Amino acid sequence: MYLFRLSLTQLLRDWRAGELRLIGLAVIIAVTAMTTVDFFTDRVNRVTEIQATELLAADLVVSSAEPFGEEFIERARDMGLETALTVSFRSVVVFDDRLELAEVKAVQSGYPLRGRLLVSERLFSEEIAGLTIPEPGAVWPDTRLFQLLDFDVGDRISLGAAALHAAKVLTYEPDRGGDLFNIAPRLLMNLADLDDTALIRPGSRATYRLLVAGPGEAVTGFRNLVENHEEYDIRGIRDARPELRTALDRADQFLGLAVLVSIALAGLAIALSAQRYATRHFDNCAIMRCFGADQETIVKIYFIQLLVLAVICSAVGCALGYLGQSGLAGLMRGLVSRPIPEPTPAPVLTGMAAGVLTVLGFAMPQILRLKNVTPLRVLRRDLVPLPLGNLGIYAAAVACLVLLAPWKSGNEALILYGFAGLAITGAASLLATRLAIHWLNALRSGVGVAARFGLANIVRRAGLSTAQILAISIGFMVLTLLAVVRTDLLANWHSRLPPDTPNYFLINIQPGEVDAVRKFIDDRTGMAPRTYPMIRARLITINGEAVDPDDYADERAKRFARRTFNLSVAESLQEDNRLTAGRWWGDGAEQLFSFEEEFAHTLGISLGDRLEFKIADKWVSGTVASTRWVDWDTFNVNFFVIANPETLDGYPATYITSFHLAPEDRGALIELVKTWPSITVFDVASILKQVRAIMEQVAKAVEFVSGFTLLAGVIVLLAALQTTHDERRYEAALLNALGAERGHVRAGLLAEFAILGLVAGIIAALTATVAELLLAEYVFHMDVLVNPWVWLITPLLSVVVVVISGLAGTRKALSTPPMLALRQS
Amino acid sequence: MEQSSNFIIRAQNLCKRVTGPAGTLTILDNISLDIKYGETVAITGVSGSGKSTLIGILAGLDLPTGGRVVLDNTELTALDEAGRARLRNRRVGFVFQSFQLLPGLTALENVMLPLELGGNGAARDLAQAHLNEVGLTSRMAHYPNQMSGGEQQRVAIARAFAASPRVLFADELTGNLDRETAAQVVELLFRLNSERGTTLVLVTHDESVAVHCSRKLTLDGGRIIQFRETRG
Repeated sequence: MYLFRLSLTQLLRDWRAGELRLIGLAVIIAVTAMTTVDFFTDRVNRVTEIQATELLAADLVVSSAEPFGEEFIERARDMGLETALTVSFRSVVVFDDRLELAEVKAVQSGYPLRGRLLVSERLFSEEIAGLTIPEPGAVWPDTRLFQLLDFDVGDRISLGAAALHAAKVLTYEPDRGGDLFNIAPRLLMNLADLDDTALIRPGSRATYRLLVAGPGEAVTGFRNLVENHEEYDIRGIRDARPELRTALDRADQFLGLAVLVSIALAGLAIALSAQRYATRHFDNCAIMRCFGADQETIVKIYFIQLLVLAVICSAVGCALGYLGQSGLAGLMRGLVSRPIPEPTPAPVLTGMAAGVLTVLGFAMPQILRLKNVTPLRVLRRDLVPLPLGNLGIYAAAVACLVLLAPWKSGNEALILYGFAGLAITGAASLLATRLAIHWLNALRSGVGVAARFGLANIVRRAGLSTAQILAISIGFMVLTLLAVVRTDLLANWHSRLPPDTPNYFLINIQPGEVDAVRKFIDDRTGMAPRTYPMIRARLITINGEAVDPDDYADERAKRFARRTFNLSVAESLQEDNRLTAGRWWGDGAEQLFSFEEEFAHTLGISLGDRLEFKIADKWVSGTVASTRWVDWDTFNVNFFVIANPETLDGYPATYITSFHLAPEDRGALIELVKTWPSITVFDVASILKQVRAIMEQVAKAVEFVSGFTLLAGVIVLLAALQTTHDERRYEAALLNALGAERGHVRAGLLAEFAILGLVAGIIAALTATVAELLLAEYVFHMDVLVNPWVWLITPLLSVVVVVISGLAGTRKALSTPPMLALRQS
Repeated sequence: MEQSSNFIIRAQNLCKRVTGPAGTLTILDNISLDIKYGETVAITGVSGSGKSTLIGILAGLDLPTGGRVVLDNTELTALDEAGRARLRNRRVGFVFQSFQLLPGLTALENVMLPLELGGNGAARDLAQAHLNEVGLTSRMAHYPNQMSGGEQQRVAIARAFAASPRVLFADELTGNLDRETAAQVVELLFRLNSERGTTLVLVTHDESVAVHCSRKLTLDGGRIIQFRETRG
């Protein structure tokens, strides 16, 4: 107990004397940065996911060909979920003597659970939010239906046996883009009127959907429940098109990495501050040891001190982090179209834990040196405890980082890449810094007094200079990389989608219709599109073992194992596919499959595995001959599993195709649908637009969050400057005594910081370019041209940031009175 | 600017008081003194008698709270910090107890420093000449931590004389040296000083150093209790 009291007394005394302020400030800044990022990413993730749910109008959609039982819906409600039912079907709408086939959606109050409807009061007037659904007796037809049937708002139209009043013009349904839909005009009605239309009878073709939304656990719980019902089809946000899933995953990963790098840099700042604190406490410890304190007592005193400091400062950091993120959220408001949800309190816990862990991991190794202070130091001040082995320091720091890394399922590889990236960047920076220092030293005799003084400072404090260059270069590397990824990779992604990128998919083409449909499209677009067979199949065995969904831990794998998916047949490899393992089929009569690599990985299928599928009531087997990487971003038709023609010859197939149609030629689609009513048209332009919007938003958010990484880098610079503060004060005083005016001293510092900034900037540009190339090759799978501007802008910005923060950090030293030089002697 | 006179330093009614929580502390109390060009003066006194404060004010490192100092016909106490820095660079040299070499600069660069600060284009040659003179030709490229205390103090002396100051201030220049080395350093300082005719003001505890000077000033409690010639 007395130790605790002694620690607290010493803590208060050190704090009052300003001894601990620096390390306390470092913890506060670290935790503030961490919790701000955590609070903010928590909100960004939620807003991003919410935005994605708008594609579904719900958190989860269950579809069925039959009406849902009341009991089933009740279970969803019992789990605390909001629900809304929709029924979609096609029917003829009549006005006067004109008929038009329309896609009708009858909805229940509460729809949409996510996102919102947009309507206008008259045709082509201003869009407003439709806060409700159509009143009973009213319908909201879309613009095209108004035009095709030539009626107006207020007119009555007939739908089956019911006469309904066209109350508003429907301009936007949130779930329209995320689901298959027909190009037919659309009409939204109240579910209460459905019976009056007498259109839905047993056996009628209609899709019943149960939309649910609510807390994440409840949605997952309900999802697990539904998965036992084979008759239901489920769509959650992560089942959306692979493009969207990719966008969300990338967001998660980037934000996670930004946090990790920020923690590492903040840790470095804490380590530097702790080193200074320890050095300044050698005398105290020597006196305590002299008066009989043993090593254990010394360690306990400083451990308690650090712990109390860490807890207090972490709490302050969390509070500041909360304030900080609201400012960020304010900025985010311009980026997102909807209110940003309040953050959860979880970041407070992680912030407190992170603060304490960071202090222990990064500061404790330095503080442990204090136990090695010899009592003899009271007589001989030159006796300094041996520095702790580097291995110990690095091990503590790495352990701390590993504990604090945002581990998440599916994120492991990226975190490991992040660590590897940090280590490689660190090693590269170290090497480059040492080379630069060597080179700078040789340069000294040829420069003026200010530059020489700056160079001498960098060379003399080689260790600290390395830490500073390392921190700043990592900060700028992350920022540069994100800026480059955003502009280069996203621009590349956009530019790779040429103007004739397919914007329509046709599915359900019957075999007998294929030639006629191709000719129809050829006549209107000048190009006959490629058609692909689609065969519904279910995976039954892998190497003779029955596939059991329960054998998979991964949710996606469970789903794939449970239900049917589409197989296709191809003679040759598509242009946007690339073999990653195995070989494409030759001329043999073997039955072979080719799997998309991630899909194969999810299901645990490897090259050479023998698979058995069930197609309708037949069985087909074959060997996995290859895995493919598929560029989903091209919006071409693509399949997870392809078979060679020998394997699936003669099995019942429908066909799918994609093609580009100019907006002004959309009329052709109406003709197409009228000619082949069974064909479904799938408009991907809207998905493309929404995916792009989400990607852009994610990129902006990530860029914003990464600003913290740079801030953490600047904090390291300031911490490093603080550790040299006493020396700099003394030097400034001495130079001043020798007749140097402040301008001279400032010029020396300016030279030092400009050189530091330049070296850090060049290293940042180099490492960012390498990282970009690696990301493009292994993560984004695209070709990238190195952006030459990076080599100009990054070093320039780095020089500006380092010079400004460096001069700000040494301002006090400049004003040291020259008398100090005399007092020091 | 003062009229030209025989005195390089004229101090009138110098006072230095600091106010702290325990009240006002008088460090220098109404001190007046004149030092002629070329004179050598030792300032002695017990610890806390105000020696370092006095030398700091005379050299323009600090300002008195009262009184005035004229150094080489320029009123120091009327100059701002930048003006005093320029004056120190052109006319004042220092030798400190802890040598006060910049650890990041080599011996040569340390000696070049005041020359370069004064815009001297031949800094390198002059610095080399001064280092030769103090017997450190072979140590020019060495850093302070690679040299002994005596060598460091010789570099400091070379640096002090490099810019050809009119007056040199030395603060306990042998305090950190052993007796033998101290004697060598003192001999070197006084030899160079007499060769150049520089005025020398030094603070010392060591009577054997003080006797080398033409006059000795003794301080006690911030007042001059004695200021007399040391030899006939």
